[in-house]
Amino acid sequence: MEIMKQVVEFFSPIYILMLAGFLGYEIISRVPVILHTPLMSGTNFVHGIVLVGAMVALGQAQTPTEQLWGFVAVLMGAGNAVGGFFVTERMLEMFKSSKGQEK
Amino acid sequence: MGYLIETIYFVAAVLFIIGLKRMSHPTTARSGILWAGYGMVVATVITFIHPQIHGNYPLMIAAIAIGGGIAWWGAKKVAMTAMPQMIAIYNGMGGGAAAAIAAVELLKDHGQQALPVSTLVLAVAGALIGAVAFSGSVVAFGKLQELKFFKDDAKFRFTGQQKVNAAIFALAVVLGLIIALSHSTSGVLISVFFLLALAFGAMMALPIGGADMPVVISLFNAFTGLAVALEGFVLGNSAMIIAGIIVGSSGTLLTLMMAKAMNRSVSNVLFSNWAALGSGEAQAVTGSLKPMEPSDAAIQMAYAAKVIIVPGYGMAVAQAQHKIWEMSKLLIERGTEVKFAIHPVAGRMPGHMNVLLAEAGVPYDLIFDMEEINEEFSTADVALVIGANDVVNPAARTDKASPIYGMPILNVDHAKNVQVIKRGKGVGFAGIENALFFADNTRMVYGDAQKVAAALIQGIKDLG
Repeated sequence: MEIMKQVVEFFSPIYILMLAGFLGYEIISRVPVILHTPLMSGTNFVHGIVLVGAMVALGQAQTPTEQLWGFVAVLMGAGNAVGGFFVTERMLEMFKSSKGQEK
Repeated sequence: MGYLIETIYFVAAVLFIIGLKRMSHPTTARSGILWAGYGMVVATVITFIHPQIHGNYPLMIAAIAIGGGIAWWGAKKVAMTAMPQMIAIYNGMGGGAAAAIAAVELLKDHGQQALPVSTLVLAVAGALIGAVAFSGSVVAFGKLQELKFFKDDAKFRFTGQQKVNAAIFALAVVLGLIIALSHSTSGVLISVFFLLALAFGAMMALPIGGADMPVVISLFNAFTGLAVALEGFVLGNSAMIIAGIIVGSSGTLLTLMMAKAMNRSVSNVLFSNWAALGSGEAQAVTGSLKPMEPSDAAIQMAYAAKVIIVPGYGMAVAQAQHKIWEMSKLLIERGTEVKFAIHPVAGRMPGHMNVLLAEAGVPYDLIFDMEEINEEFSTADVALVIGANDVVNPAARTDKASPIYGMPILNVDHAKNVQVIKRGKGVGFAGIENALFFADNTRMVYGDAQKVAAALIQGIKDLG
């Protein structure tokens, strides 16, 4: 049983990898051209999740060098997440104004 | 504690997926970013009680406040036309963050619980890809922002460039493997490794012309996703793995779709450049530029049965989309058929023009993609080109020596009359003359697109 457990542990990240990969492909492949830029911006926001990794890295940092790079990581991760969100939001806000605009 | 955090990360991943799914449809797009936003907020908040975090909270909060604050201010302040470069710079930050995480993990003395070699290899790979995405995105930002230093693509081109780049890349890979295999925490070795990776990213992006930048940004976006996923494996963080891989795969597909729209392969974009593409001297352009007053242009359009409008970057710069739509409405009231034709890479990004026209309130059913409308130009009385250049250059069809040869273009030259609104006599982003402007049926309306559009509106109104 122990060996099975190890095999499952080894394969589960690979399954995540495969499924997430297909999912990303599916999400994009049926998108009208009109949404390409907002969606690129949206995916740009989603990889802002790097922020949580950066927080963990900084939280473990001990030496000043590690703290420096951890700080840089959190700084840039927060920039990615916050900037990515507001750029996307501003872009998508325009789609609201295009609906029901027949005055 | 661990279960709680993993549950929240799982919820965040689900929210990201729902968000992206909703973002892929125009009517739900706006709520999509909010869903994804909630995912990001819960994941970030719960991380504060992550069991692996032992301290440094003040530094953490300061970094989030500064980084988030600057990004918030930047994202709110910039003009809509500057959005592509903002995407580039925020993407670069993500790549840089992934690389910096790797730096912390590599530099750290893990003591008894040394990371296994396989994990170190993933960390190094993520560091390399993240650093390349960072420096490459910074260069892309500089180019799109038209900073002086980056302006001249040609000065960054030299013979044997690809060999030098390949050598730098190979050196970075070898050094990375040495670091991973020897469990080295040597600061010097790691610094040199990062410098090589950064240099490679910059050298890769520097010689690429501005017109290719959307493809490049999209590619770096996919890179960052991949780097985030790799660092997710290192940290055992499932939210990072899932989100990173989704971005990596969707970004790769988007990159391929964009490159296809320009009839160029991704390797063609990356490893050759406009100047080197043409096999000889471009055909000399014959004819002359024939200017036209806006009032005359207005009369021509007012009595046309069918007008096709082709917007380009010039419309974006002048923020002319509202005036253009106002003018179009006047024409529609007079019984003229008005359609908008959008080239896949018009502006600086796919969909850039659609976003701007949507902002102005142009209904979707008047906006057509290239494939849908290209046959119709021959039946149009007037094709109105607003600040578009390379995407309407017939040389792409005819001139084998032209750097844009083979790129699908809008067949604007097939229209009975062509009007081109243009700021001046300069060349387009690809840096080449446009034969369309010299054609017999083309008239040039010089001026800022917004002012010209206002003059056109006045001209049509004067007709009563």
